[in-house]
Amino acid sequence: MSSGIDAGLARDAIGLGQVAGQGLNTRHGTILSLEDLCVSFDGFKALTDLTLYIGVGELRCIIGPNGAGKTTLMDVITGKTRPDSGSAWFGETLDLTRMSEVQIAQAGIGRKFQKPTVFEALSVFENLELAQKTDKSVWASLRARLSGEQRDRIDEVLDTIRLGQERQRPAGLLSHGQKQFLEIGILLVQNPQLLLLDEPVAGMTDAETEFTAELFTSLARRHSLMVVEHDMGFVGRIADQVTVLHQGQVLAEGSLEQVQNDERVIEVYLGR
Amino acid sequence: MNTMNQTLLLRASAKVGPRVSLAIGLTVLAVLLALPLLHLLPGDHALHVSSYTLTLVGKILCYAVVALALDLVWGYAGLLSLGHGLFFALGGYAMGMYLMRQSAGDGLPAFMSFLSWSELPWYWVGTEHFLWALCLVVAVPGLLAFVFGYFAFRSRIKGVYFSIMTQALTFAGMLLFFRNETGFGGNNGFTDFKRILGFDITAPGTRAVLFLASLLLLLGSLYLGFRLARSKFGRVLTAVRDAENRLMFCGYDPRGYKLFIWVLSAVLCGLAGALYVPQVGIINPSEMSPTNSIEAAVWVALGGRGSLIGPLLGAGLVNGMKSFFTVALPEYWLFFLGALFILVTLYLPKGIYGLIKRGEQ
Repeated sequence: MSSGIDAGLARDAIGLGQVAGQGLNTRHGTILSLEDLCVSFDGFKALTDLTLYIGVGELRCIIGPNGAGKTTLMDVITGKTRPDSGSAWFGETLDLTRMSEVQIAQAGIGRKFQKPTVFEALSVFENLELAQKTDKSVWASLRARLSGEQRDRIDEVLDTIRLGQERQRPAGLLSHGQKQFLEIGILLVQNPQLLLLDEPVAGMTDAETEFTAELFTSLARRHSLMVVEHDMGFVGRIADQVTVLHQGQVLAEGSLEQVQNDERVIEVYLGR
Repeated sequence: MNTMNQTLLLRASAKVGPRVSLAIGLTVLAVLLALPLLHLLPGDHALHVSSYTLTLVGKILCYAVVALALDLVWGYAGLLSLGHGLFFALGGYAMGMYLMRQSAGDGLPAFMSFLSWSELPWYWVGTEHFLWALCLVVAVPGLLAFVFGYFAFRSRIKGVYFSIMTQALTFAGMLLFFRNETGFGGNNGFTDFKRILGFDITAPGTRAVLFLASLLLLLGSLYLGFRLARSKFGRVLTAVRDAENRLMFCGYDPRGYKLFIWVLSAVLCGLAGALYVPQVGIINPSEMSPTNSIEAAVWVALGGRGSLIGPLLGAGLVNGMKSFFTVALPEYWLFFLGALFILVTLYLPKGIYGLIKRGEQ
């Protein structure tokens, strides 16, 4: 890494002398680079030449009318859908279009579904135990025992999502909002670099939404977040940067204020 | 605070129930251990257990292993197999091959002479050795399950499609084994066994040992199931059942988990089949008929899936009643079984075990 200053800078800038490691490499400050993505389903173009970059530690909100391609975008990033063309890189070295869903999850991208999805038959604690970052092979699970350190980490996350009181309850008995938080906890306990959150505050009470906003702003910097949300009030509270999607393309990008004053955005949202 | 009090109360009241259940369980176990010993008593003794009773209970023990094995894949991993009878029958056939060779001595098994075959087909080689037969008992159902499971899980076949495919698999197996050319005795299958490991197969001592072996297999499977259910592996399986997508996005590859439990379940069925055949004295392709596999699913549903004791209760109860009804009221048995299944599905979604649990609390 630390080669001499004169020769090193130039070499470093173009990636020479850099040994590609196994893990995530974000030395250029971007955690996610999507370029010219195209996805179509039976002729319907869900994404068209979509280009989007997300920086390390950034909290990005994605907004857009129904059918703009928000969920498809998440599917591409998590490996559920393969793009017809274009590239998707996680950090500098991981090609998301060639990785399976499981590999992508293990590499450090966590996803929260639109409908809260938790392991209903297991207790809150066990939900987090399963999700925890560890060896997830069959053999490891057969012999797995929780270490004190892992327990502490789960307790820490339970505190963060304020479900410490409910730790022994079956997750299926939690309220809608609590399930949303548990799912966020399931993501956090995996220590992901990038969190994708699909409508996290849908169906939450005002107090819960307030708490979620606090939680997300505290998570940014340490993690990168990509939040798909319709609630503009919520977006205004948390977002550094907002990206507007429309018909599978990026329509506008900038702060919420900039975006809201953009003529094209107003046209898409208000009138046609 | 309130919830804490509630859990404390629950714990206090739950304590009496399990003790009763444990006492009943231990009594049943004691009776099961006593049965083969009582069978060894002279025939005119008041406590003598007839070979009919012993064989019947031994048969039910084998069925209970099948129920448990099916519950591991259905109750825990959410994969409803309607073809477990195939694995059971394959284990039985593997053991049957050895028994046929024991009866035939140095010659060919009788059914091959009838077909005027002059030599053994290649897959019969080595079946005169008990240990090789045991290897086949484990390996044949295990390998078949592995290959089927590998492709099914890789293609993400789930739910009713999976069930239909398992059903088709056992049906195909049945048709294959019905053919005389397959080399397994066609529709008559194997019967008329005489010796096992040199012992007379109908001798009281042999029967007692076979019975004890079945009991041991059941207890072993139960212990294994218990350990699996309590491990993280077991929790991952329930997660596969309830939210497979969520699990994948947590970085788990569900295929390995499904394949492991699927193959384990098939091997347990194979072992049960291998102990079933010498006790009942016959194996034929009708063991692979789809109705047999469906009946196994009925035992599990009736007893309560997702618990380990439930399937045992289901297998015991249904087969106990079956042997009673088919003697007393043979025409009505199937109606009765159907009615029982409908009633349980409607009113006892968690089966008999669920009812007992509720009673305990």
